[in-house]
Amino acid sequence: MTSLFEEITGDADSSVPVRRVTITVNGQPRTADVEPRLLLAHLLRQGLRLTGTHTGCDTTNCGACTVLLDGAPVKSCTVLAVQADGHDVTTVEGLGTPGELDPIQEGFKQEHGLQCGFCTPGMMLTTKALLEENPDPTEDEVRWALGGNLCRCTGYQNIVKSVLWAAAKRRGEVPPAEGSTS
Amino acid sequence: MTALDEVRIGGMGASRKRVEDDRFIRGKGRYVDDIVLPGMLHMEILRSPLAHARIRSIDTSKAYDIPGVRLVLTGEMMAARNLGWMPTLSYDTQAVLATDKVRFQGQEVACVIADDPYIARDGVEAIVVDYEPLPPVVNPEQALAADAPLIRDDKAGQQDNVVFDWEVGDAEATERAFAEADVVSRMRLHYPRSHPSPLETCGSIADFDRSTGKLTVYMTTQAPHIVRAAVSLIAELPEHMIRIVSPDIGGGFGNKVPVYPGYVASILASILTERPVKWIEDRTGNLISTGFGRDMYLDGEMALRKDGKILGVRMTTVSDHGAFFADAQPSKFKIGLLHSAFACYDIPTAYMRDRGVYTTKAPGGVAYRCSFRVTEAMYFQERMVQAAADDLGMDQAEFRRRNFVRDDDFPHRTAFGFLTDSGQYAKCLDLGLEAIGYADFEREKEEARKRGRLLGIGISTMTEPLGAGNSREYDILGIKMFDSAELRVHLTGKAILRTGARGQGQGHETTWAQIVAHELGIPADDVLVEEGDTDTAPFGMGTYASRSTPVAGAAIAMVSRKIKAKARKLAAHLLEVSEEDVDWELGRFYVRSAPDHGVTIQECAMAAYGNMPDGMEPGLEANAYYDPPNLTWPFACYIAKVEIDPATGVWDVLRMVAVDDCGVRINPMIVEGQIMGGLTEAYAMAAMQFITFDAEGNCVGSNFMDYLVPTAWETPGFELHEVVTPCPHHPIGAKGIGECATVGGPAAFVNAVMDAIKETGVRNIDMPVLPDRVYEALRTGRDISGAPPALMGD
Repeated sequence: MTSLFEEITGDADSSVPVRRVTITVNGQPRTADVEPRLLLAHLLRQGLRLTGTHTGCDTTNCGACTVLLDGAPVKSCTVLAVQADGHDVTTVEGLGTPGELDPIQEGFKQEHGLQCGFCTPGMMLTTKALLEENPDPTEDEVRWALGGNLCRCTGYQNIVKSVLWAAAKRRGEVPPAEGSTS
Repeated sequence: MTALDEVRIGGMGASRKRVEDDRFIRGKGRYVDDIVLPGMLHMEILRSPLAHARIRSIDTSKAYDIPGVRLVLTGEMMAARNLGWMPTLSYDTQAVLATDKVRFQGQEVACVIADDPYIARDGVEAIVVDYEPLPPVVNPEQALAADAPLIRDDKAGQQDNVVFDWEVGDAEATERAFAEADVVSRMRLHYPRSHPSPLETCGSIADFDRSTGKLTVYMTTQAPHIVRAAVSLIAELPEHMIRIVSPDIGGGFGNKVPVYPGYVASILASILTERPVKWIEDRTGNLISTGFGRDMYLDGEMALRKDGKILGVRMTTVSDHGAFFADAQPSKFKIGLLHSAFACYDIPTAYMRDRGVYTTKAPGGVAYRCSFRVTEAMYFQERMVQAAADDLGMDQAEFRRRNFVRDDDFPHRTAFGFLTDSGQYAKCLDLGLEAIGYADFEREKEEARKRGRLLGIGISTMTEPLGAGNSREYDILGIKMFDSAELRVHLTGKAILRTGARGQGQGHETTWAQIVAHELGIPADDVLVEEGDTDTAPFGMGTYASRSTPVAGAAIAMVSRKIKAKARKLAAHLLEVSEEDVDWELGRFYVRSAPDHGVTIQECAMAAYGNMPDGMEPGLEANAYYDPPNLTWPFACYIAKVEIDPATGVWDVLRMVAVDDCGVRINPMIVEGQIMGGLTEAYAMAAMQFITFDAEGNCVGSNFMDYLVPTAWETPGFELHEVVTPCPHHPIGAKGIGECATVGGPAAFVNAVMDAIKETGVRNIDMPVLPDRVYEALRTGRDISGAPPALMGD
């Protein structure tokens, strides 16, 4: 039983073990009592109501649930919340600021890098990890880096362009002309 | 006053950035699983581990022992409320929760409703079901055998495993064509089972409020109004007290058209618990129980004259529908629009017969990113065409060109009876050949051979029927397949537009506003688009079969024209001239004899609320229901160039050229996005993506580790080209586009691989063309079938 599952109203089963965790999520320390089996994705989604982290496959394949754990991309559907105790987590809600988009967010919009939007948060966080490490990737390097994130809508070509757009913007280079899609 | 620049106001032809992106890139989309209602419970489904078994007993007592479990639903409980079975969208029935026996692995047996999803899963594991195994039936050969077990013993009068036996065309004339043929070309093909697997699985939140009698269901559906009608019929609730809300949808591709047992069970659970109940399918549940596509076998024959003319076509197919015929098909066409095959070719006569069979597999046959079986039609067509060209010793491009319907031969009645309306087929083909460097290919191939590599080029050309459809021919459950739009222009000239469609990533919120901008000159940014709530949206048949632009898009143009007609009266009143003296330019009416004297559409809107002429009804809003006169017929030419390493059978796509003619493009950026997405699914099916079953009926491919969908790494790059032939009967000249590449693309990849190994004499490798299949074909010089062994024998 997880105390952050607000909709729970009944009595908790006292035989269920609960552990207290403190995780810094998007810069803010958050404390919760969680069942050891609770997945990080579910703590973020149901517990903290950060629903930008999506779950698509349950088996670490699709990457919709990708978040950054101390800066490294992980599939939060196969990380236990207790494993994140004491660590930093960045979700899509931590990209950009209320007033200003992150260049990665901008790139995805500029280059039509999303359609249904379900894979997008995971794609952007994987992109962030890539660009932190490699600010000027080649197309092949982008495709390799995104290999753990599935998209069923776009065919990836525009996602690759979005990443390259964001990389150029982060480097302070003039991004490709507005409206360029092909 | 200078006229408005249509592109600047986001009208037709503008590659307008997407409105919906602003929430998605911030993680602020609102998908079904993101919605939390007060007091909400969670439901999980217990699924059958066996493909075919009688249920002896179900013991739910241990589930109830778990704290937090509120309710366990079984088939008996559903049946007691007349909900044991539900009608499907194709006049069959489907078990909601199994009562008598289970008929496929993954079938819904019981549901646990609990305080949180983890507890619900604990509850599912605590249920004990006693099964008596029955023989599985995993392919049509077994299903049609004389001693086959009867799968649908629940249906009165059902004696065998045949769902339907359907034919179309002229059998006798086709027989004569074959008698006159110089050459008869034959192909035997299997289009394997595939799953649309949108990244978001299916789910619902049912919220029944006893105090008002109102049922609200948030649901992953591509067709909310059809669901409202179906729920009304299934649950015997009054239609006006049912509200279906389809919020943001994480991809559909046909997977979210049918009505699934989970939806119905969540509704009953909410009625019984009087609390909201959320059901979110896990990936395995999605892959083993919902909406498969394809799974069809073809015996194809073409009657040919020596000079390359196609005299006739005969297609005999068997389709594997699984345990329930649950996919949506227009009711007149049991096997969808399979008979749209060969529509781009001028063929005197054709005949087709399809037998649909039941097997102990999950319900299949949904239109996975295609218009009702059109994907199978075009794949079969283009594989047969390549084989015919090879059999005649003709160039594959020249053979197509020789048989194309000519540009001046429209409207054209196809051999199977469709009426195609427009196209420039040869122009598209020539553009594609030029782009890929066809003329230079033999030299390239020779050079590659010296390096020990096999090069192949594969062409696929097709026109497909999109936008079902006109009310004379197309209905689902008797409801004609029109669509609708409602436009309200507020007094400041801003507007809200609602349609009966429901996008799942196609960008409706962006493009629909562009149609309004084109028709009325109201900037697209001033038009809010809303879809998916049956309480507010006008009735429509939803989004699938590439029908949104052909049908709902047309309704948007028509409703805008109604608004414009009223605005013209208001303009005449404001300009103090008669209506006949008023002319229109984008966004503005003016006096014909004094063009400087005019009023904007926004001024007309203000007048509709504050300064209308005597006797005029106030307000500026309208709705339109659009019944298309015909389907739209986009054309496409896809050409793939591949290289095979004969030592491993691995093939790489060197280039993929796409030439699409979808008529007038509303938003070129979005159109290109649709094409690239479609090409990727085409590549997926050609290269890796299939679901198969073992002899026991176990689904092989029940998760993304076993069911391979392409990543950015495997997916090739695409080169896009366009030709524009406006649709003559669509108000803005547009044709469907969302599915063309998925439909036409697979044959291009497979044809390319087959072209590369042509010298071996191998005529066919069934999809997916896995490296081991290529290797085996190269090693043995024999065709590689994906069909079960019994179906291969001659």
